[in-house]
This record gives sequence, structure tokens and C-alpha cells, in this order.
Amino acid sequence: MNKTSNNNFKFWWQSGEPWIWLTAGAVSISMVVVFGLLGMIAVRGMSHFWPADIEQMTYQSIDGEQKLIGELIESEFIKRERYLESGLGTVPESQLEVKRWLLKTGNRGILSSDFRWIDDHNIKGRETPDQLIVVERVEWGNFYGYLKQVNQQGELQAEGDAAWTELEQRIQRVTKLRDELKGLEKGDIGAINYQLERLRLKRKSLALKGLDTKDNLAAIDVEEKQLDQDYEQLREKLQKLHHDLERDSAVFVVMDGREITIPLVNVVSVLKPNSMNVFQKLGHYFVAFMNFMSDDPREANTEGGVFPAIFGTVMMVLLMSVLVTPLGVIAALYLREYARQGPMIRLIRIAVNNLAGVPSIVYGVFGLGFFVYFLGGNLDQLFFPGALPAPTFGTPGLMWASLTLSLLTLPVVIVSTEEGLARIPGSLREGSLALGATKFETLWKVVLPMSSPAIMTGLILAVARAAGEVAPLMLVGVVKLAPQLPMDGNAPFMHLERKFMHLGFHIYDVGFQSPNVEAARPLVYATAFLLVLVIVLLNLSAIMLRNHLREKYKALDH
Amino acid sequence: MTQKSIKARSWQQRRRALIDTLAARIIGLGGVSVIFAIVLIFFYLLWVVAPIFSSPEVKFVSQFTLPEMSDASSVYTAVEESGHLGLRLSSAGELLFFDMDKGLQVSRESIELPGDTVISRVIEINPSGQTLALALDNGGVGFISIQYRVSFVGDQRELTPMIDYPYGESFLELKDINSIAHINVVKSDSKLLLAVLDTDGQLLLQHYEIEEGDELAEPETEAVLEIDGPVDYLLISPGGSWMYLASKNGQIAYYDISDLESVEQVDQMSLTKPGQSLTQLTLLLGGVSLLAADETGLVQQWSLQRDEKNQHRLKEIRDFQASATLAYLLPEKRRKGLVGIDQAGNILLYNTTADRLMLDEKLLDVPALRASLSPRADILLVESVERQYFTYHIENPHPELSWQSLWQEMVYEGYSEPKFIWQSSSADNDFEPKFSLAPLAYGTLKAAFYAMMVAVPLAIMGAIYTAYFMSPRMRGFVKPSIEIMEALPTVILGFLAGLWFAPIVEENLLAILSLSFVFPVGMMAFAWLWQSAPRSIHRLVPDGWYSAVLMPVVILLVWLSFELAPVFEAVLFNGDIKIWLKQELGISYDQRNSLVVGIAMGLAVIPTIFSITEDAIFSVPKQLTTGSLALGATPWQTLTRVVLLTASPGIFSAVMIGLGRAVGETMIVLMATGNTPIMDMSIFEGMRTLSANIAVELPESELDSTHYRILFLAALVLFAVTFIFNTMAEVVRQRLRKRYGSL
Repeated sequence: MNKTSNNNFKFWWQSGEPWIWLTAGAVSISMVVVFGLLGMIAVRGMSHFWPADIEQMTYQSIDGEQKLIGELIESEFIKRERYLESGLGTVPESQLEVKRWLLKTGNRGILSSDFRWIDDHNIKGRETPDQLIVVERVEWGNFYGYLKQVNQQGELQAEGDAAWTELEQRIQRVTKLRDELKGLEKGDIGAINYQLERLRLKRKSLALKGLDTKDNLAAIDVEEKQLDQDYEQLREKLQKLHHDLERDSAVFVVMDGREITIPLVNVVSVLKPNSMNVFQKLGHYFVAFMNFMSDDPREANTEGGVFPAIFGTVMMVLLMSVLVTPLGVIAALYLREYARQGPMIRLIRIAVNNLAGVPSIVYGVFGLGFFVYFLGGNLDQLFFPGALPAPTFGTPGLMWASLTLSLLTLPVVIVSTEEGLARIPGSLREGSLALGATKFETLWKVVLPMSSPAIMTGLILAVARAAGEVAPLMLVGVVKLAPQLPMDGNAPFMHLERKFMHLGFHIYDVGFQSPNVEAARPLVYATAFLLVLVIVLLNLSAIMLRNHLREKYKALDH
Repeated sequence: MTQKSIKARSWQQRRRALIDTLAARIIGLGGVSVIFAIVLIFFYLLWVVAPIFSSPEVKFVSQFTLPEMSDASSVYTAVEESGHLGLRLSSAGELLFFDMDKGLQVSRESIELPGDTVISRVIEINPSGQTLALALDNGGVGFISIQYRVSFVGDQRELTPMIDYPYGESFLELKDINSIAHINVVKSDSKLLLAVLDTDGQLLLQHYEIEEGDELAEPETEAVLEIDGPVDYLLISPGGSWMYLASKNGQIAYYDISDLESVEQVDQMSLTKPGQSLTQLTLLLGGVSLLAADETGLVQQWSLQRDEKNQHRLKEIRDFQASATLAYLLPEKRRKGLVGIDQAGNILLYNTTADRLMLDEKLLDVPALRASLSPRADILLVESVERQYFTYHIENPHPELSWQSLWQEMVYEGYSEPKFIWQSSSADNDFEPKFSLAPLAYGTLKAAFYAMMVAVPLAIMGAIYTAYFMSPRMRGFVKPSIEIMEALPTVILGFLAGLWFAPIVEENLLAILSLSFVFPVGMMAFAWLWQSAPRSIHRLVPDGWYSAVLMPVVILLVWLSFELAPVFEAVLFNGDIKIWLKQELGISYDQRNSLVVGIAMGLAVIPTIFSITEDAIFSVPKQLTTGSLALGATPWQTLTRVVLLTASPGIFSAVMIGLGRAVGETMIVLMATGNTPIMDMSIFEGMRTLSANIAVELPESELDSTHYRILFLAALVLFAVTFIFNTMAEVVRQRLRKRYGSL
């Protein structure tokens, strides 16, 4: 029996079967990694918006018994010896490993830090009282505590149970006022500042051209005066708004019993997660997600939303598509339909193919040197001499970023379009030509429409690549915080020279350059999830289009 | 058909023909220009890089005499920053500013000298400063500073020279000093250090605390030394910590003078070869190095370094040979270079960082009496014995670079041995920029190597199974998944690698490392179990679905490794493998290391290699495999002896393209390593790659500076390398396609 089993094994081994299993294993590992990563990003990114329960616990620390309030974020196990070595405390003999929790205590500015590690065995009691409140603050992150009272101009307004409803109402009022303030600052005052800046430049360029006659200048003066007056009016409105905003405040009791007064102007929202049921939480989840998509970032990008980054990414990608599609299609048409096929064209085709493999950073370097410094510098000399030495186009910006990325994705579109053109059977072309159509008519009416799915595929792949590309953008136009969107209400509405924010760069910046990485981490996962979602969807649609295309022409081949 | 309709027809025909030609033209033009744009990338990079390899030039500009000069000889000449004005100071205190084209007078000043004295020596206080110390033959010392006011008349820039007395107009009388043999003065911050050697061998050192605009009062501290033997050179380092006394016979003594209350001679030695005498001695910018020239024209760079006993010692770090004895040695004021004039009238340019003698050309027919260099080192003014003045334009924008300084080990100031160093940031000009691309190229290859170690086995084996064994239905699922993986933005992989995976690896190092053999062993063990299992179980999973069966196994194996690793770690490595590595093998551990990069970048490269390999294997003609199987070979034999052999060029090209991608990847390396430019193959340490370096430094580099051009060179190198890899791969693939065609 034993011998046969041995023989079996030997036979099996020699058949090469184990190696086949091994190759299968390589696929399994890749699959597990891909889906594991996607899953992890999804879970971590999505869970960020879920209002988790807040725990209140009695904790036995080295300094005695304490009350702690916060969210339990994650746990880890460390070895008993390491725990004792670090002098973190004592631990019962029986425990070989110590379980520790990362507790988000929030309340930055009141406590020394947002997070602390606590030992599981020192937690004496855990509860989740309904009355615990999470306050999302404009600055300094979340605040946890109990509501004591609501004040108006320092005078008591409501206390006890009535305070909560009062608080919610007053926060609605503050939110409305804050939106109004933001509209005023970004909209009207922004417009005036923009106009004033333009007038300043106009004055300067008139002087440069020697056209600074009295009449010309007087006209500018009049305009400036008008703008200044408008500004004064707006400023009064602004002051009133500020004053109104500062009216209310609320008093909270934090975990060590101190009473903290928070002006409502500093509050984004309040929440009692412990008293919410699943559906309420779900409702809040979607609100939080929408806010994430539509808000501006706060606190050095570690809180708030990513709207400017989404907007910047979309604008850049759209602009790039507009540039790359005609260029790529024309180049492909030339290579496949017009150029005389020979060694030269073969060489060019290889070169174009290879450019897809050139590192993206090289395109960034080229973009910075050629587009920004060379083209941009010369454009400034020609068209914007008034603004010099401050550069207009001679500095990284949206237009150069789009141009650089369209160069980067050009090979993708060319290759894909060429493939599409090659797939169209010669019989169709010949048929069209035989019926008397010219070459261009054949192309325009027969070949191009039939290859449009291939062009689309190329474009989608290009967009997916451009949306995820960061390295070249770091050189040609992306910034961590752009003061203005590249599109606004001031003529000419599109500001191609402006710098912009980008989801991919946002991830890099917040994850690696921000002072409080721990606090920013959930937001980075959420941003990453958003980016992955967009790119996976784009790619899936490209794959489906391609498969559809293949099916379609399979029929034609026979 | 009526006449009219034929006419309309022909008009329409003409229009169609016109559109057709026009379209052909436009598409032709468009296509060619797109292709041109692509070629432009390469040529633009080349165009930016080219100047760093161009040879410098020195061009004669003009020759003139200065107007109305007294007989008093010049003691000092200088060229103003922009190179438009020159100045000459005579021993009688006459100061003449003249334009550098024709020598016409711009303005004239006169310095009041006490009694019958004349100026015997002039010292520039710190190379950058425009403040001069004037030593009188009776031992008095005075200070002037020269300023240029810039004004614009229309578009014309005009310079008005002015002189000022920063420490009072009167000349300082130094006690017990009646004659000055040598003098040197340096100023750093508020510390003014004065060293005077009189003809009797008495050396006076004085330290003043003073701001510009104050009168020079009593010194804070002072020291008096008696010097035996001849002294021909008295040099002080710019910070005022070191003093060098040297004589023509080559002997040099150096003193630590950072504290005047305890001045001591550190060492004494000979700078020249036996029998040679010293003809020139000067400090290089920054004051860390001395340049010493001997009679034969040999110039040596000596740098003050700490030896094994932590004592400061002068050490020769490099030399070069000029064609004749040097008459003048002018260190550049903003770079570690020098301009020399030898007695035969040759002008030579040398840069110490690059160890590059860039020019040695005869440009002067008369012996030079005096020479000075503008602060930007682009204008040279030479005074001949006959008081003729010659100006030269020096075009030398990037002297710091040479083939050696980019790719070979160099001795830098302050380092005792040659090293590969990339250190580009510079707070001031004194810093010696170290532009060795070697550590960056090394880091790039290292990162790519580890990535390939991860990616090649997984991708190729996966591709083999997918193309050859997998059922079509599962294949239809696996291929798009891998394509999705290819599309994952690298910034996300980098972020996960740096913030999520790196800490996990640090905590579970043994588990991660052990996976490299746990996976194969575990899978084969499972395969054997499966083989031995009853048929009924086999029937549950059709052929070609092994991968699906193995997925839970993979997860189980990972879990097992993570659970069991701590046990092994406790038994084999005293509980912590990182401490064990450090203590037993001396290997230090960085959290963001090559292992993390290798795995993360491996994931980014797997899809590329996988797709191409899969294509190559899948398109091996079916008759080959069926033939082999019909002859009785097992599937595995068919695979290894027929399929892989046929597809091997395709696999080769897949690996090349993958390598190209790994070499150029930026974000993963940027985020998952510490980005320190070290040269160390250790898997537990990080690296800095060419691409990450560009991403980090290019936004901050100044347009057209040497640094900027080097970063472009790095980009060009990346471009060329990946282009070559990809072209090789493409050529191989095309050949392969042809071969399949013939089958």
C-alpha cells in the first residue's frame, strides 16, 4: 500500500501536474490580491462616512480611574514582554498578548492629541449613552461630549432636553448664514477682486504700449471707483453676516468633566449616533457622502470634501479628451490609410507603440520645459506683457497639464484607432469605392463610423490613464490647494492658466505631506475609493466596448 | 441629360475631388505633425541637456588703455557684477571706474590717505562682499565698500558707482605694527577678524564685533604670535576658524583660530613635491579647500578633513597639470572653479567638483601683471605690464559636470574617500553640489530588480495557466480582472504600500518573507491532497478551474503564515527578526524599504507582463500542441518543450516591457520608500530612483540652471532606456508574428 502510494506520488510528480497547479496558483494569488485590494479600498473608503457609535468607558490608567469618550478605531495585539518593556503599565500574568485599542478621542485643542492607545484589560466598563454628541467642527476635527446648554450672545437660551432641538435649529441657521457668506466672498467679492486685477493689468499694459493717455486712464479710474464703492457695500454686508454668525454658542461637557463653549460658527454639524437606528444612520451616511463630494476641503485638506479635486480632475480629463481625440484619430488615419506602407511607416508605428511605454514623468519633464517655460513664457511675452514679471501662462496650469496628458495618451488613442481601422474588412472599402465614392467619402461615411467603437475604446482607456496619472501633473499644474476653480462666473469663465486640484495628487498630498496623517487616513481611503471607482468603471466600459466590437466584426470576417 | 445637369454634376464632381484632396492634405499634415510632436519630445530633452556637455569658451572682447593715469601702480582691479564696469585702485588711493568696452571713464573717486603713505595691499573681505580692506605701508588699515546704484533711463540700465566707509573713514593704527608684510581680513555675521604680519615676523590677530556703519573700536580679543621663517601667504577661512601660513618653499602651517585666546598650530607640512617651490596659493570658494600651484604648473587641491584620530589634517584630493607656471589663480566667487593665467599667456578654466580642466588656450601675448574676475565669473579683466587692459568673455555655464562627476566616484570636499553622492540642494554658494547620477540609477535598477523578482514568476506562471490550461469561461473573467489591475492608478498602489502595507510588513516581516516558499509548497501539498481525494470531489470542479479552487487556499496560507510566523520568530530569532538581523548580520531595517516597493511595484508590473505573455502563448498555433499531445506527451511536457519554446520571444518581450515600466514608475517609489539616495543592495533599505528624484526636485529647480539640466538628463536617460527596452521587445514580437504566420 505504502509503496503504491509512493509510486503514485512519483508518477504524479513526473506528470508535471504539480507544476500546473503552481501556475494555477499564480493566477489565484493575483486574483486574491486584485480583489483583496479593491475590496479593502471599498470597505475602508465607504466606512468613513458611517456614523459609528461613541463609547463611554471607565478606564483604569496609570494615573487612576478615568472616564474616556471616543470612537474605537482599530485594535492590535502586542506581546506581553514588549508591553512591559515599554513601561505602558502592568498586565496580569496569564495574558501572553495584550490587546490594545486605538481610541479617537477627538477634541483637538482641548486634549493633547486626537488619538490615544488604550489597553483592553484596563477598560472597566463600556457603554454607549444616547446623549453623547459628535460635533463636526470647522477647525480642529471632531468633538465628543454632552450638550449642556445653548446660549445666545452669552445668555442662556435652552437647557436639558430642549437644548438639542434648539441646537439643531440654530445650526441650520448658521449653515445658511455660512453659505451666504461663502457665496458673498467667493462670488461677488471674488468678482470685484478679479475686475480690479484686470484693471490694474490694463493700466500697466497701456503704459507699456505708450497709450496711457488721460482719457484712457480716466475711464479706468471711473471703473475702479465704482468697483471700490461696490466693495464697500459688500464689506458692510459681510461684517453684518459675520456678526450674525457669532451670535450663538453651545456649552458641552467633555469626558474629564470640563465645560467647553463652542461658538456655533465653528460647527458644521451635530449628531447623536448612539441614539440613531440603522436607517437614520444610512440616511446620514448618504448625506455625509454627498457632502464629501460637494464640499471644499478644510484643515489642510485633512477634512471636509474633495469637490475641487473632482472638479479639477474632470476638467483636465475633458480638456485632454478634446485635444487628444482629433489628434490621435488623424494620426491613425494617416498611418493606416494615407501613408505609403513601408519600412519608414513600420518604424514610426513601432516608435508610437513604444511611446506608450515611456515613463509618464518624462512627459511631465517635457511638459514643464517645453509647454510651461518655452511656450508659456513666449505667450506671456506676446499677449500678457502687462502682468510680467508675474507669469500668466509661463507657470504650470490647467492648459499645460491637459496638453501634457494628451501627449501622454496619444499613443493609446492612435494604437486603438489603428486597430479598429485594420479590423474593417477590405471588401467594405472596395464596395464603397466601386460605387463611386472618393477615398475620403469612404473614410468618412463607411470606415470611420465602423471604427468609432475602437476610437471610443481608445479614448476611454486614455481617460482612465489620465485620471489616474499623477507624476507628470506634479510638474505641470497640480497644487495641493487651489484658491479658485478653473471655471467660474468671471469672464472668460474658463481660466486655463489656473492651477487646479486633482484626486490622485490629493491622495499623495494628504497621505504623505499632511501634518496629521492619522486623522486624515479615512479621508484618503475615501478619495482613493472614489478614484478607483471612476477608473474601474471607465475600464470596464472600455473592455465591454471592445468585446462588443470583436463580436461585431467576427461576423464580417467570414 | 440636359446641359445644365451635366454642368452641375461636373461642379459637384470637382467639389468632391477637391474635398478628397484637401482631406488627404489635412490628414497627411496632421499625421506628420503629430508624429513630429512625438519626435520633438526626444529632441527637446536633448536640446535642454546639450549645454552641459558643450565646452566652455573664452573670447577676447576688447583691449584699451585707461585715461589720465598717474604713475602710481595699480593695487587692485575688479569687475562689477553685470560686467559693464571695471574699477582700478592705485597705490595713491585713486579709484577709477571705467566701462568695460573701451575703457572710458565713468567716474573717479579719491581716498584720503594719511601723510605720505601709499596703499600696499588690498584685501577683499569675503569673496562675495564688495568691502575692501586697505593696508598702508606704515601699518595703517582702512575699509571701503563699493556699491553700484542701479537706475533706469528709459529702457537703459545705468550703474552709478559709489564708495562708502563702512567702519569709519579713518585708518586704524595697530599697536606695535609699523609695516605690513601680509594682511588678511574676513567678516562673517558681526565678527570681523583681522590678521596682520609685520616684516619682523610678528603676527597680530584681532577679533572685532561690529556691524556695518559702526566705527571700529577696541577689539574683543586679540592674539600675538611670533612666526619664524619666511611667510609669503597668509590665508584665513571665510568663517574665521582657520589660518594658513605658507611660504614659497612649499611649507605650510595651519592654526585653529576660532578662539583667539587659545590659538594653536594644528600641523605643519609641505604642499609641494620636493625641490619645487610654491607659486600660487589661494582658498577655493567656501574656504574648505586650498589650491596650491607649483613651478611646473601642477595645481593641487588640498582639503581640510578629519583623520582617524579626529584631528584636522590637510589632504590632497585632486590635482591637474597646467602647461606652464601659473601667474594668476583666480577662484570663482560662486562656484567651485577657478580661472588661471600662466606665464605663457594661456588662460585655463578648471572646476574642482568635476575635476575637469575645461580649457587651456593661449589668448594673451603679453605678460599679465594683474587679473580679476567678475562675480559671475563671466568677464575677465587682465592688466599687462604696459598698463594695457584686456577683457575676455568666459562662456562656461555648467562647469560642475563631467562624465566622471555624473557617473564615477568623486572625492568631495570634506570627504576622505571617493564616493557616489547625489546632494543637489544648496542653501548658499559655498556648498559643493554633488551631482552623481550613479546612486539614482542604482536605485532605479534596484527597485526594478525587486519588482521583477515579484512580478516575473507570478505573471508568467499565471499567463501560462490562463492561456494554456484555463477553461474559456474562467479566462473570460480573469483577463479583464488583470486589465483592471493594470488600470489601478499607481498613486493608490503607492499610498497603500506606504501607509498600509509597510507597517504590516514591519510587524510581520517573517510571515511576508516566508510566503515566498509557503505558497509553492502549500499549493503543491494541496495539489497532492486533491489528487489523492476521491473522484467524486474532482467532478465538482471541472478541468481548468484549478485557480478558483486555489483561491481559498491562498487565503488560508496567508493566514497560516501570519499565525505561525510569530512562533517561529520566537524560536529561531529570539522573538524579533528585525533585531536579530541587526545584531547578527548587521542589516538595518527601514520601514519603507525595497521589499515593500518590490511587492507594490511588482503588482503594477504583473498585468503588463501577464497580458503580453498570455497573448504570446495563446497564439501558439494549435497544430503544434495537438501534434505533441497526439505523440503521447503530457500537457506539461507539451507546454515546456513546445509551447514555451515557441512563445519564448514573446515572453522575453513581455519581460522587457515590464522592466521598462518598472524603471519609469514614479509614484510607488516616491511614496513607498524613504527616497534616500544610497547605494545598497539590501532588500530592507530604501532607495531613490531617477523618476522619483525628478518628481521631487524639478519643481524647485531654477530654470536653465545646472540642476535643471541634470534633471532633464535624468529624464532623457529614462526615455532612452525605456525606449530601447520597448523597441527590443517590439522587434522581437514582430519577428515572432512573422514566424507564426509561416507556421
